[in-house]
Amino acid sequence: MKILVCISHVPDTTSKINFTDNNSAFDTTGVQYVINPYDEFALSRAMWFKEKQGATVTVITVGNATTEPTLRKCLAIGADDAIRINTEALDGFQVAKELAEVAKANAYDLILTGRESIDYNGAMVPGMLAALLDFNFINACVGVEIESGAVTASKEIDGGTETLATTLPAVIAGQKGLVEEKDLRIPNMRGIMMARKKPLAIVEPQTIEVATKAINFEKPAEKSACKLVDASNIDGLIDLLHNEAKVI
Amino acid sequence: MSVLVFAEASEGKFKKIAFEAVSYGKKVAEQLGVSLVALTINADNAAELAAYGAAKIIKVNNEVLKSFDAKITANIIQQVAEKEASQVVVIDSSSNGLYLAPLVAVNLNAGFASNVMAAPSSTTPFVVKRKAFSNKAFNNTEINTEVKVIGLAKNSFGIFENNTTASEEDFSPEIIASGVSSVGVNKASGKVTIADAEIVVSGGRGLKGPENWGLIEDLAEVLDAALACSKPVSDLGWRPHGEHVGQTGKPVASNLYIAIGISGAIQHVAGINASKVKVVINTDPEAPFFKVADYGIVGDAFEVVPELIEKLKAFKAQNS
Ligand SMILES: Cc1cc2nc3c(=O)[nH]c(=O)nc-3n(C[C@H](O)[C@H](O)[C@H](O)COP(=O)(O)OP(=O)(O)OC[C@H]3O[C@@H](n4cnc5c(N)ncnc54)[C@H](O)[C@@H]3O)c2cc1C
Repeated sequence: MKILVCISHVPDTTSKINFTDNNSAFDTTGVQYVINPYDEFALSRAMWFKEKQGATVTVITVGNATTEPTLRKCLAIGADDAIRINTEALDGFQVAKELAEVAKANAYDLILTGRESIDYNGAMVPGMLAALLDFNFINACVGVEIESGAVTASKEIDGGTETLATTLPAVIAGQKGLVEEKDLRIPNMRGIMMARKKPLAIVEPQTIEVATKAINFEKPAEKSACKLVDASNIDGLIDLLHNEAKVI
Repeated sequence: MSVLVFAEASEGKFKKIAFEAVSYGKKVAEQLGVSLVALTINADNAAELAAYGAAKIIKVNNEVLKSFDAKITANIIQQVAEKEASQVVVIDSSSNGLYLAPLVAVNLNAGFASNVMAAPSSTTPFVVKRKAFSNKAFNNTEINTEVKVIGLAKNSFGIFENNTTASEEDFSPEIIASGVSSVGVNKASGKVTIADAEIVVSGGRGLKGPENWGLIEDLAEVLDAALACSKPVSDLGWRPHGEHVGQTGKPVASNLYIAIGISGAIQHVAGINASKVKVVINTDPEAPFFKVADYGIVGDAFEVVPELIEKLKAFKAQNS
């Protein structure tokens, strides 16, 4: 089985979110970048398939050279090779089109991605990629098994889960549950040494007409201070929630 | 020319987000000076959509569509969008909406903006405001394609009545083949889900152990609220994963979010910040949650919550 794992290179969850150039660009000063947390579940599941069932695992990202340490980390975790599509995409559609082109050329059986990236939270790329490739698609996946091309996946739905059956080739976008939190892979020393020698291909982008672009950013208005209610005045809290906030 | 809203019915009934999507579609249709078309599949009472401004209601009724399929549904939306010459297609952020919207965008070769939280600030160019960075910022996005797909964030625009005389049309779409089939659904019946709840009651590590969750469940029951928890609580196996909320869990956009024994770590808050009103109950006045909450009680959950439950019961008895 040939697996492609799409990796988004995102600011660490504790990053301060600021903007520069008249609020037109994300301020990367002092920001640490990590593998998108949802993608870690996808990559860890891919490694499971590689070890238990035999598979090759390629990781891919769309981004400039600054994303390479993130790809190297994936290689250290155990991916066989990496691809970087050399462009800073302006929207999810562009990312999906770039990925689709490479995916078509390499005939992957399974494409694993995170459900969304934690920076723009677009949740656009996995579905778009599946549609562009005309692959079967499962979103919000919390568990997947594959036996000779037959896929059984569990998907989160509002209020529960649904079990779905499909076949390869498929795009599966997942989250915690693909593997458990405790089974997330982290690089070890040997992996880090080996990663240096693994192939990282740089692919030049296509020319894509951009469908959407972020023109500027805003930060939420400063919040007014929390109203503290004394622990002995529960009636006061109920009154505020009923009469002031009007939520009960 | 038209604006098309996919108004999803769940087991025949519309949820509030369907009415919110129609309200939003009405606003956009007014801005563009075109009419609003709503598409529904297997709805018991499609006519309800007229109350929110739908001028034409397209009804699809087909047994095959009883079980949701993203690819088939996305294709039906495409058929209707093409038939109605829709410039803008609005889809809500239910789990099904999130599943199918990117497919619709590819089918229509349309620019897609997800997490949209307000009506367009301009229609030429077409600019919408979206949530980004887990609610820590917003971005204004310009959509340049002829057809535009908008994923509307939950509880962001609001529901507005706009009584309209609507025409209704039955439509029998072509049903394409799908490569995915449903084998079974595992859903707790009668429980309020985090996705639909107006109120969410959430517990953290401060509750010390799963044996104390009766407190959270009782409070949720009085308020008809959904249950949620912080990430460590689900990682420790105190509560099911499905209750984990935050940046890496389920997003919450309820009217009221009550955090009990939750410190308010940045990753937790990122996922629940879209809630309108936040209440914190925590023994530590320095807990970061107090910085983001609207109301707070510095106190021990084991003392405050039982009293809150009793007083809320009395309040409910009086106000119902
Ligand atoms: C990449 C990444 C992603 C993450 N994603 C998420 C996420 O999606 N969701 C999430 O929740 N976390 C997430 N976290 C974890 C997050 O950083 C915090 O560790 C977590 O939210 C803390 O959970 P907590 O508030 O329940 O526990 P704690 O931080 O331990 O807080 C417990 C609180 O309970 C209070 N308390 C103690 N006793 C009582 C009492 N008797 N009555 C009232 N209050 C009491 C304490 O004062 C304290 O404030 C993530 C972390 C990382 C690194």
